Amino acid sequence: MITKRIIPCLDVRNGRVVKGVNFEGLSDVSSPVELGRLYSDSGADELVFYDITASYEDRRLFTDILTEVARTIFIPLTVGGGIASVDDFDRVLKCGADKVSVNSGALRDPQLIYEAAKRYGDQCVVLSADVKRVDGSFHVFAKGGRVDTGLEAIEWIKKGVSLGAGEVVVNSIDTDGVKRGFDLEMLAAVCDAVSVPVIASGGAGCIEDFVTLFETLPKVDAGLAASIFHFGEVSIPALKAELKKHNIPVREV
Amino acid sequence: MIAIVDYGVGNLFSLKSSFAAIGADAVVTGDPAVLHRAERILLPGVGAFGDAAKKLRESGLDAVVIDEARAGKPLLGICVGMQLLFERDFEYGEHQGLGLIPGDVRHIGERIPAALKIPHIGWNALHLTDAACPLFRYTREGDCVYFVHSYAGVNCEANTVATVEYGAALTAAVRRENIFGTQFHPEKSGRVGLNILRAFTEWEGTTC
Repeated sequence: MITKRIIPCLDVRNGRVVKGVNFEGLSDVSSPVELGRLYSDSGADELVFYDITASYEDRRLFTDILTEVARTIFIPLTVGGGIASVDDFDRVLKCGADKVSVNSGALRDPQLIYEAAKRYGDQCVVLSADVKRVDGSFHVFAKGGRVDTGLEAIEWIKKGVSLGAGEVVVNSIDTDGVKRGFDLEMLAAVCDAVSVPVIASGGAGCIEDFVTLFETLPKVDAGLAASIFHFGEVSIPALKAELKKHNIPVREV
Repeated sequence: MIAIVDYGVGNLFSLKSSFAAIGADAVVTGDPAVLHRAERILLPGVGAFGDAAKKLRESGLDAVVIDEARAGKPLLGICVGMQLLFERDFEYGEHQGLGLIPGDVRHIGERIPAALKIPHIGWNALHLTDAACPLFRYTREGDCVYFVHSYAGVNCEANTVATVEYGAALTAAVRRENIFGTQFHPEKSGRVGLNILRAFTEWEGTTC
């Protein structure tokens, strides 16, 4: 039986891991290579690295770090942040990424999903959507959750999947950083709409939040979180032991 | 030395890194002379079978791989590289494989319940149907490895050494004498995966 994936997410700026609370007030946490190895050894099923730097020089720094991570860690690596072209896919895949996550770049040019999926395969293209409730409906936000695109989120995600996205990360801006659990209502709506793997993001504050996620929504494939792992509030071995106790299949290391 | 066959398909960085991590000497090469000199050959592959088969044929390396494998050199195919070992594939029309292992490659949707997602992507447990296979020297029943695939080998029961449960028992690994294949990605399967690569590099080829 396929296992539920636990995925730590590392936002990287200037070569360091940072995590924002509601996308603001970033604080430096640690080295991406060290944290990546720590997570891999402790049973993380996959790692996501978001490049949140802006300048070209820092991009180079990011790909150098990615190369170093890929040289030492042998679990799937997903990279996102600033992916705007097929050339960007090429740049990070050459450094050892297995999947590439698109967000604002795909909102600007949805054909990016199609072109990348055609060249690298659907399994390589992850659609990441930052979603927030606006006047009773789900809207997709761009630019790190700062700009309301006005697009209805479920329709956008369905479109992304039809263009070739092989997985979807749903990040609820409403629950992100609040640590009171995943956005089950939003995730249920996405799970009903698409047949590709759905990765839940935003809102995990404790182990029970993951248990609730997988018990309530069996169609969710993975849970993604950042600060609770970085700050040691939730350890991955303890999380997996608890999931196993609830008969939720997990990979043991 | 292990030769990782470079025929213009996919990213070989992780494979090369994973051999380095277990202290094995591996080179990425498209040179027939290097493949001939190598002690072992690793045949990678991602994407669509037809594209991979076409590129391998166009590189001229298909004949080299077949010759070396038939001469007894240990060969390991990974993912689409494993599927290429079979005789036929039915992804986007019918394609010819290398014919080194009897069997075909079919879409898993033909065999699994419609409710299950395709591709089969994620970590899943191995069921070792031949625990004595040299690849599994360090592997235990139930160890999890990382899969990403929509197609799998069929009609290859005689050479199947591991299966994976995903709505049906899908072919996870095959072996015919010196020729091995894994549907999963050992280079992305953590310690369990590295140990499978280690077992491949350590196999002396004396037992069949």
